[in-house]
Amino acid sequence: MDLETTENQSTAAVTAIDDYLQRHETKSLLRFITCGSVDDGKSTLLGRLLYDTKLLFDDQLAALEGDSLRHGTQNGELDFALLVDGLAAEQEQGITIDVAYRFFSTDKRKFIVADCPGHEQYTRNMATGASTADLAVVLVDARKGLLTQTRRHTYICGLLGIRHVLLAVNKMDLVDYAQGTFKRIESDYRVVAAQMGIEHVTAVPLSALHGDNVSSRSQSMGWYNGPSLLEHLETVQVEHATSKLGFRMPVQWVCRPNQNFRGYAGQVVAGSIAPGDEVVALPSGVRSRVARIVTPDGDLTRAVTGDAVAIQLEDERDISRGDVIAATSAPPQVADQFTAHLLWMDSAALLPGRPYWMKVGARLVTAQVTEIKHRVDVNTQEKRPAKRLELNEVGYCNLGLDHAIAFESYEDCRELGGFILIDRQTNATVAAGTLNFALRRADNIHWQHTDIDRTARARIKGQIPACVWFTGLSGSGKSTIANLVEKRLHAMGYHTTMLDGDNVRHGLNRDLGFTEEDRVENIRRVAEVSKLMVDAGLIVMVSFISPFRSERGMARRLFEDGEFREVFVDTPLEVCAQRDPKGLYAKARAGQIRNFTGIDSPYEQPERPELHLETEKASLDELAQRVIDSLLAR
Amino acid sequence: MALAAMPDPNGIPRSDAADIGNTDVHTLAASSHLKRLEAESIHVMREVAAEFANPVMLYSVGKDSSVLLHLMQKAFFPAPPPIPMMHVDTTWKFREMIAFRDRRAKETGCRLIVHTNQEGVAQGVNPFSHGASVHTDIMKTQALKQALDKYKFDAAIGGARRDEEKSRAKERVFSFRNAQHRWDPKSQRPELWNLYNTRIHKGESVRVFPLSNWTELDIWLYIYRENIEVPSLYLARERPVVERDGQLIMVDDDRMPLAPGEVPQMRKVRFRTLGCYPLTAAIESDADTLPAVIQEMLVARTSERQGRIIDQDASASMEKKKQEGYF
Repeated sequence: MDLETTENQSTAAVTAIDDYLQRHETKSLLRFITCGSVDDGKSTLLGRLLYDTKLLFDDQLAALEGDSLRHGTQNGELDFALLVDGLAAEQEQGITIDVAYRFFSTDKRKFIVADCPGHEQYTRNMATGASTADLAVVLVDARKGLLTQTRRHTYICGLLGIRHVLLAVNKMDLVDYAQGTFKRIESDYRVVAAQMGIEHVTAVPLSALHGDNVSSRSQSMGWYNGPSLLEHLETVQVEHATSKLGFRMPVQWVCRPNQNFRGYAGQVVAGSIAPGDEVVALPSGVRSRVARIVTPDGDLTRAVTGDAVAIQLEDERDISRGDVIAATSAPPQVADQFTAHLLWMDSAALLPGRPYWMKVGARLVTAQVTEIKHRVDVNTQEKRPAKRLELNEVGYCNLGLDHAIAFESYEDCRELGGFILIDRQTNATVAAGTLNFALRRADNIHWQHTDIDRTARARIKGQIPACVWFTGLSGSGKSTIANLVEKRLHAMGYHTTMLDGDNVRHGLNRDLGFTEEDRVENIRRVAEVSKLMVDAGLIVMVSFISPFRSERGMARRLFEDGEFREVFVDTPLEVCAQRDPKGLYAKARAGQIRNFTGIDSPYEQPERPELHLETEKASLDELAQRVIDSLLAR
Repeated sequence: MALAAMPDPNGIPRSDAADIGNTDVHTLAASSHLKRLEAESIHVMREVAAEFANPVMLYSVGKDSSVLLHLMQKAFFPAPPPIPMMHVDTTWKFREMIAFRDRRAKETGCRLIVHTNQEGVAQGVNPFSHGASVHTDIMKTQALKQALDKYKFDAAIGGARRDEEKSRAKERVFSFRNAQHRWDPKSQRPELWNLYNTRIHKGESVRVFPLSNWTELDIWLYIYRENIEVPSLYLARERPVVERDGQLIMVDDDRMPLAPGEVPQMRKVRFRTLGCYPLTAAIESDADTLPAVIQEMLVARTSERQGRIIDQDASASMEKKKQEGYF
């Protein structure tokens, strides 16, 4: 080969790749999910789609043939579901557990499809897939019509903002391709979708097994004139709600390579930005101008929604991770109380009043559900009263945060309106939520300034106030020790008071029972009351079983460092039950009392209490003295 | 090359691949799809840097690692990468990989940690006498766990993609591992939007996959567009190989035992993935430039994991290995 020919061919290859890259880049991307009830044939449909669009490699086909013989449900024929049910447990059980992401493209479009599990217990995995989708393919078995899961999945699609549904009425071959069956299911579904705010529904009758109306029109359904499933996916326009909002960027990371440079790195979630633009950092409200938009390929003259950038401002400002940098005209609101929808995803129920971590944008705060306004029955759309949310339930709630945040409603901006809740003990992701709007309540109740402050009140008493929190099983000796401590402090001239679990339940907390959610509220009120008393300058003994770590943690966070003294009164359960001063263990064991700590309700031991009192190893007098010594040592 | 005879589903102009050196023609406009993938990956890397105390990037010298390293430079620019990279060296990697690794670490200013399972070396573990699975388990899976324990990393970034394999297709971007490094595919944390739960207890860790949503083709096109350097093993060259069980194995050094009468032959081959040389099959190819490799990709009828001998025991084997701590 002479040199000239070689060069020509090389240039041809480069041109070919450049052309291809250009088309690859400008082809639009559609992210969709397949969902619906178990056995409606989602995995089979997806496998068929990959097969028909020639996205399978030879070795994958060979593996599929082997797997079909081993685990297949199609008498040795290709079982397309095995292509996507990738986990061994899934293949053994013939079900889909977790969402699988697949990639394919045609001449017209690129696709990322998330195949979602149909079982109710895996709804959270379905929500994972739906959260990033533009469109949902909802499968229905033509023989069965709409099922509970069809409605549930449609509801979650609506909740997460999916506006386009392709209703795939599958297994038409098993109902003799009957038009009437299809029409009935379609009209049933349109009613459901409309209730859930899904505006665009296209219904396609198909058979995933035989390929009817999947990638090409079916010969068996002459009565159907619409597009095949693939044709619709290739052509549907999903308007990416080009946000009306101005520039918004949550700060992910502060870049400080040296003294002379401070950049704020993040992804632009709305609007665009250019050097010279005036911006404000929220929630602090400090203002500046954009000096540079820095990238390794040179500074940018403009960054738009979706870009990952680093921004340098004209002034040195104290801005940190989690803050939102925004355009000064019409910046986002800042608030600490909201209404929100919550999808609960944990087997331990949501308890109002319990603090959870909340991640929104790049921000991590503590949040409590202050009220469940109602639970939504996803099958009927009915609003039901609820005191807690169980696994897979959806609720409409009021939310209180420990810090104000900059936010948008989920409808306007997913990145500043979508959030997750994380359990503070287990670190599990327990809920996904969407912010609706800020509650004005806190705005209108301002802190009243008082001239005499907590320091002054303590000074006149000549003492350092404290909240001494005794926790332990019923009958462990908490109240006895607390009583001894208070008597001695009193004798020494200290100003004290005592909050005892039983006594408070006769008054302030008379309306509360012993369910988990009432116990959380019980502790919340007592913690708030003891804080008022510490503010008054008192040394407060609190004697409460307080079985849950998270509520004791909540109480601790109300106080200044060192003010809260957790005292774990540690007596083994058998000993408490043997003592049984009030006869309660006997009743609980006989089933006459429900939710009794240590019997049918858990006690979570403190992990790092200020004092750990083992009542079997020392006398009550000695233990009381240890409490006093530790208080006076401050 | 037989390109002209192949079906052409993507409408690429059919032309023979070039057989001169790489070209430096990169005249492409800024592009939306790759740019979006890039931004998503950068977002993930910044989350890792911001939320973990002691993260690491696992670097395997392959094309995906090259892309990761490039993204890391972009994510933290103008600061140098704040996350070190670690290579688990089985001592059986292609020689070129090791030289490439050391040079790239120096050029990028990214701190390099190399870990080898010294117990395995002492026992003389190798892919020939111990077999592929034992070798991989001891020198790769166990070695990785040793290294993670030794340095107490709380997050490890890897280059795995969801299009590689069925159990990968199910994995989260932030994938939780318990204190024994095990993956529990039946109870993964839900992962909505781009909100990643990074909270873990002491001893637990997270594997992070910034390239989850990239395909093999995206990787190559990005390497091409960004002019990212990759080991030349990816390009077709005359190399000494032997054919075993239908697979072409390159004789990279004299540790490779030859059967009686077995003589290495020079064949024009390239590699689709890089690993331990005795376990990485080559394919015959004329694609000796990046554009030519990409052109071959577009008509490929064999997925890239086929070149990894370890995957062929049973189709769920990757999931099993991952549960045990394999990356």
